[in-house]
Amino acid sequence: MERDPTVCVMGEDVGHYGGSYKVTKGMAEKFGDLRVLDTPIAENSFTGMGIGAAMSGLRPIIEGMNMGFLLLAFNQISNNCGMLHYTSGGQFKIPVVIRGPGGVGRQLGAEHSQRLESYFQSIPGIQMVACSTPYNAKGLMKAAIRSENPVILFEHVLLYNLKERIPDEEYICSLEEAEMVRPGEHVTILTYSRMRYHVMQAAKTLVNKGYDPEVIDIRSLKPFDLHTIGNSVRKTHRVLIVEECMRTGGIGASLTAAITENFHDYLDAPIICLSSQDVPTPYAGTLEEWTVVQPAQIVTAVEKLCQ
Amino acid sequence: MENFFVHSSGSSAMSHGHKYGRPHAFMGNSASLFHLPRFKSTEVESKLDSQYINEDDDDQQVLDFPGGKVAFTSEMSFISESDDKRIPCYQVLDDNGEPIGSKSSVQVSLKLLLVPTGLNVEHPYLKLSTQGNCSKDVQLHGHPPNDGQHILRAQRQGRISFYLTTSGEEAINIASAAALTADDLVLPQYREPGVLLWRGFTLQDFANQCFGNKADSGKARQMPIHYASKILNYFAVSSPMATQLPQAVGVAYSLKMEGKNACVATYCGDGGSSEGDFHAALNFAAVMEAPVLFICRNNGWAISTPIEDQFRSTLPPLSLSSIYIIPDPRGGDGLVVRGRAYGIRSIRVDGNDALAVYNAIHTAREMAISEQRPLLVEALTYRVGHHSTSDDSTKYRPLDEIEYWKKARDPVNRLRKWVEGNGWWNEKYESELRSSVRKQLLESIQIAEKIEKPPLSDLFTDVYDNLPSNLQEQEKLLRETIERNPQNYPSDIPI
Repeated sequence: MERDPTVCVMGEDVGHYGGSYKVTKGMAEKFGDLRVLDTPIAENSFTGMGIGAAMSGLRPIIEGMNMGFLLLAFNQISNNCGMLHYTSGGQFKIPVVIRGPGGVGRQLGAEHSQRLESYFQSIPGIQMVACSTPYNAKGLMKAAIRSENPVILFEHVLLYNLKERIPDEEYICSLEEAEMVRPGEHVTILTYSRMRYHVMQAAKTLVNKGYDPEVIDIRSLKPFDLHTIGNSVRKTHRVLIVEECMRTGGIGASLTAAITENFHDYLDAPIICLSSQDVPTPYAGTLEEWTVVQPAQIVTAVEKLCQ
Repeated sequence: MENFFVHSSGSSAMSHGHKYGRPHAFMGNSASLFHLPRFKSTEVESKLDSQYINEDDDDQQVLDFPGGKVAFTSEMSFISESDDKRIPCYQVLDDNGEPIGSKSSVQVSLKLLLVPTGLNVEHPYLKLSTQGNCSKDVQLHGHPPNDGQHILRAQRQGRISFYLTTSGEEAINIASAAALTADDLVLPQYREPGVLLWRGFTLQDFANQCFGNKADSGKARQMPIHYASKILNYFAVSSPMATQLPQAVGVAYSLKMEGKNACVATYCGDGGSSEGDFHAALNFAAVMEAPVLFICRNNGWAISTPIEDQFRSTLPPLSLSSIYIIPDPRGGDGLVVRGRAYGIRSIRVDGNDALAVYNAIHTAREMAISEQRPLLVEALTYRVGHHSTSDDSTKYRPLDEIEYWKKARDPVNRLRKWVEGNGWWNEKYESELRSSVRKQLLESIQIAEKIEKPPLSDLFTDVYDNLPSNLQEQEKLLRETIERNPQNYPSDIPI
């Protein structure tokens, strides 16, 4: 926002309140009420507003207080945000960033535990990225803001408290690249967002058991970085996908299809995809824990793959 | 930039918490009273009495609530769902093109029409010079009636897939366009091609879009009537209803950021006003003090839904003589009354009176920009044509109703009578103009039909700014398929 006066933020309670997860804390004081705009509660409409502002030269960052609320904005996101550059023959561009916290939290209830990347992945014209560390959150956010295309940036409700040392100088992360978290030889584990941490926890156990997993945080959910993924598959010949999406129609389902189609010859075993079940997220803590893929399941899956 | 949040919203409760805590709502300013123990209630009571000092009326007592002070009353009464009288409709010319009311309103219209529009584009319509009072050339841009009929005919002949007309709503289109400047940004719904025409989109441009050829400004990506022109400040028509309304607020937001001397004009119909986006857009615009003109074309019909089924603001008693209340618009007191609910200044205007529409929009625009506020203009009119080529409106409304509005209430005839009455126009000019435009339009259609369709590569471009790897791959696959089966690919479409 300092670098470019056309960048602005809009959403519910992003101004003086600083955002539901304090992402915009202090910004209204610094940049003013207009550039950090509190909107009335109408997601479809303030998303539409952001699209209109983008078409006339601004670069809005539209915040969904929880990603799940952006289901109300589906009309604007799908029919307008993704399409207007194409349907206007390239005359109007829509450089918006749509972001917010999503995923399964701690007992937030079913409606506040949605994984919107499943629903949005088909929309033509948008890009989707998911951040998982302070480093890539900053890098991806900057890249998304600078992109001329509409980008949906998926943050996770449980990852806001992470702390990490990041460079002082400016950097961005590519919107189309996956991140190599841990190189390895035996198996390719593909994951993103919070599940990265469950995978890394499982990796510790696996290393103790003598396995050498390669962990890749795919980061780019649309399009997939098939270059990095492909190199890994050609090396290890075994793929495990660990995601938080539900079994049906999630990112894992699409990724499984893409890998099978492109790297079938390199696979020594069928791809295993660990996902949440096709159930609404229950409120009870123990039940909620078991809808999300746990490190123990990841370890078992790797052992099975490597038999 | 002054802080335009007059009242702190809930989100600022933390910083202004002392204003909105429950005790204070009841007690005025002093917090301590609430903590008095119960046996002190009489003391409290006496203190309470002194709090209710009447400022204005004898029986007007005032309470403090979030949102401001409000007088309260001990008499329970419900606000009626309808007023006795409907909001009147602003008119300048009567049905015969005669000025009604004060002469000055017509003088105002004439004066405003004399101001050059600032566009350097040749308009193929009437140009005339005045005699007598005015020394300048007056450019009265008329929408030739029924020009859309030629393109409509093309659809019926199977030459294009779809079309919709603006019959009956020409005055709204042209007069509102004339009252705006080239810098004002327009977000249309879909029945406003006249605005684009006014701004300089040529007949050839229109034909190219409808025929989906490669000369179309939108690269033939959209179905007919979905025009888009960034250089003419006319945003792309998109099919979902009312989505342009909050987008218009966003465009106005960007005007506010730039401090530009321009406004946004966005259009919707009576049907579109039922969408949630209508409510939120008007609400946002009012809260943000955005310079947007919401121009609602209340034409009585949303496909087959008449307005009394669309909304129920107020409903005058049905006349016993006919189920169809002709000539009054049917259904409640429509859209203009909603403006008040959002804190938006509104006006109801006769949408078939070009001069009235012109005056109203011109004034509204000035208010929008100088006062940084939204305005609502409800233009009453009638949709003479079918909703679109996918519709046959004789199935749900009587033929004589359609004929009545087509003949007796035609907006173009009305303006023409006024212009003729002033000696600036006559039958000869009229027939010359009509035949010249008809010729031009038919030529444009023929040319558009012959221009090449866009190439295959345009299937994949503009989805993003650059072609990403997955689309490159998909294009490659498609081209390979075509190479292997050339007989299945139409020979007249370029690859």
